Amino acid sequence: MTVDPALISRLEEKAVDIRKKIIDLTVIAGSGHLGGALSMVEILVALYYHTLKVDPSQPKWPERDRFILSKGHGALALYPILADRGFYPEELMSNFNGLDSPFGMHPDMNKIPGVEMSTGSLGHGLSVAVGCALTARLDCASWRTFCLLGDGELNEGTVWEAAMSASKYKLGNLVALVDRNGFSLDGPTEEIMPLEPLKEKWIAFGWDTVEIDGNNMAEVLNALESLPEASGERPQCIIARTVKGKGVSFMENQSEWHYGCVDEQKAEEVKAELELARKGRGC
Amino acid sequence: MQAFTFNVLDVDRFATREMYGKVLVEIGRENPDIVVLSADMMRSNKTGDFAKAIPERFFNFGIAEQNMFGVAAGFAINGKIPYASTFAAFASMRCAEQLRTDIAYPNLKVRIVASHSGLSMGNGGTTHHATEDIAITRSMANMTVIVPADANECAKAVYASVDYPGPIYMRIGRGAEPIVYKQDYDFAIGKAVTVREGNDVTVIACGIMVMAAIKAARKLAEEGIETRVIDMHTIKPLDEEAVLKAARETGILITAEEHSIIGGLGGAVAEVLAEAGLPVKFSRIGLPDVYSTIGPPDDLYARYGLDAEGIYKKVKEMLGKK
Repeated sequence: MTVDPALISRLEEKAVDIRKKIIDLTVIAGSGHLGGALSMVEILVALYYHTLKVDPSQPKWPERDRFILSKGHGALALYPILADRGFYPEELMSNFNGLDSPFGMHPDMNKIPGVEMSTGSLGHGLSVAVGCALTARLDCASWRTFCLLGDGELNEGTVWEAAMSASKYKLGNLVALVDRNGFSLDGPTEEIMPLEPLKEKWIAFGWDTVEIDGNNMAEVLNALESLPEASGERPQCIIARTVKGKGVSFMENQSEWHYGCVDEQKAEEVKAELELARKGRGC
Repeated sequence: MQAFTFNVLDVDRFATREMYGKVLVEIGRENPDIVVLSADMMRSNKTGDFAKAIPERFFNFGIAEQNMFGVAAGFAINGKIPYASTFAAFASMRCAEQLRTDIAYPNLKVRIVASHSGLSMGNGGTTHHATEDIAITRSMANMTVIVPADANECAKAVYASVDYPGPIYMRIGRGAEPIVYKQDYDFAIGKAVTVREGNDVTVIACGIMVMAAIKAARKLAEEGIETRVIDMHTIKPLDEEAVLKAARETGILITAEEHSIIGGLGGAVAEVLAEAGLPVKFSRIGLPDVYSTIGPPDDLYARYGLDAEGIYKKVKEMLGKK
């Protein structure tokens, strides 16, 4: 499948914008899950600016695709995207992490339009996504459910309980995306709790599985465009190999940037580096 | 009874879980949004009736309870009304985080119907006894906690649960529990039922302890002691008015539950009494702060005073203090 080069280019631009917004939000918040938010930007941008059928003017539109952010600590990347798509004004995030703010480290479905499920405790989202996909099947509806998981999150046994059930119920309308950035909080996943061979695990659980470069917009879009019809009988898994802290040289692949602080001065340097990357692409 | 048709007014004992299975089918036929979830327990908790009657809305997740409750949350955010069932020990402890974080925190309309509660698993032993579940679930904000006194009340509670907002934890037993309600009565979630009038002492009970309290009250009546028996089927929100009225009118309150004395019905009533500052004598009947031993349920109830005899003795003891 060939993805329109203009689309790729437009969404690559968007990914730079979103990374800069993540940095701005971190300044407001004082700190945040930078590493895991930066690694998943291409995945979320491809979903929210191309793949997902959603209507920001009606967040509860019944025919929308459902997106469950199982790695709830990735909220830092989701919030600016939902604002940019028009689910709420950006100013609403000005008190991010503050007292009574709708926006905390982990997303709350009852406080933020466009958030389908309150997440943050790991290993819960895929079960919820299975419930969504089963609902669509029961209602003979054509919408899909997408669920983004962290790779460290796959240590949780419930993920595999959910994976088994998706396979049992032939949920071809369910897509799991794994942000395979290679790190959990304490260090590299293969040291802390090895996951490999990861693709084989998902295949063994009955999922059609592909591995892609998850920071390459063309590959992400291609994987999403290549999904079979939702009426199919096999759940779909996309393992997106990414770089933790992607785009910020001193954060990339550094465990200490799983969660970190950025002050206003540092933020300007980081955003300048992100802009350079944009120019570096020759746009 | 209410709109449902199945009840057991003419027998002395009936398994609450049998009733649950039958009522599920009735509400499922009336309401297409109802889905039923089981975790390899459809024979044990009788959700198999629904599986047979409405197979397309029945889901069996195998021995994976946490996933089942997560899926229930996924159904609920999309407008379905899931009834998800497993043993009370697993629902309340293994799945405590799913109940709290996936269901209660987002305030989802999931019905957690937990069977084989209390000591009803008898010689199954401590791993299968559920003596902490009321304490655990009632500490979760948004959660409604219901402990029906018998099969007929279970039917009314399940029926009432269909349109009730927010999450519900309902605790039912395993055996052929004695029937308390042999005629129709008004049931509302959060509203206690006074099943016997009396002004000398009050026993506030839930679950199988309601029948035990009635039997104790009959024996006490022979001695001229009039015991008020309150069926506190809803532990949360607690009918505080019924508690305070009984405290004012009888002066002695005893709670009785098939649960740890810590944090359950006794704890809930104690909280209300302590804050009201009424001059009342108060005692809790329940499993003491120990792990239950192995044995047939009736022997266990006798061991821990969770029967009519235990309530009778406690009432006499409290009257002696008057």
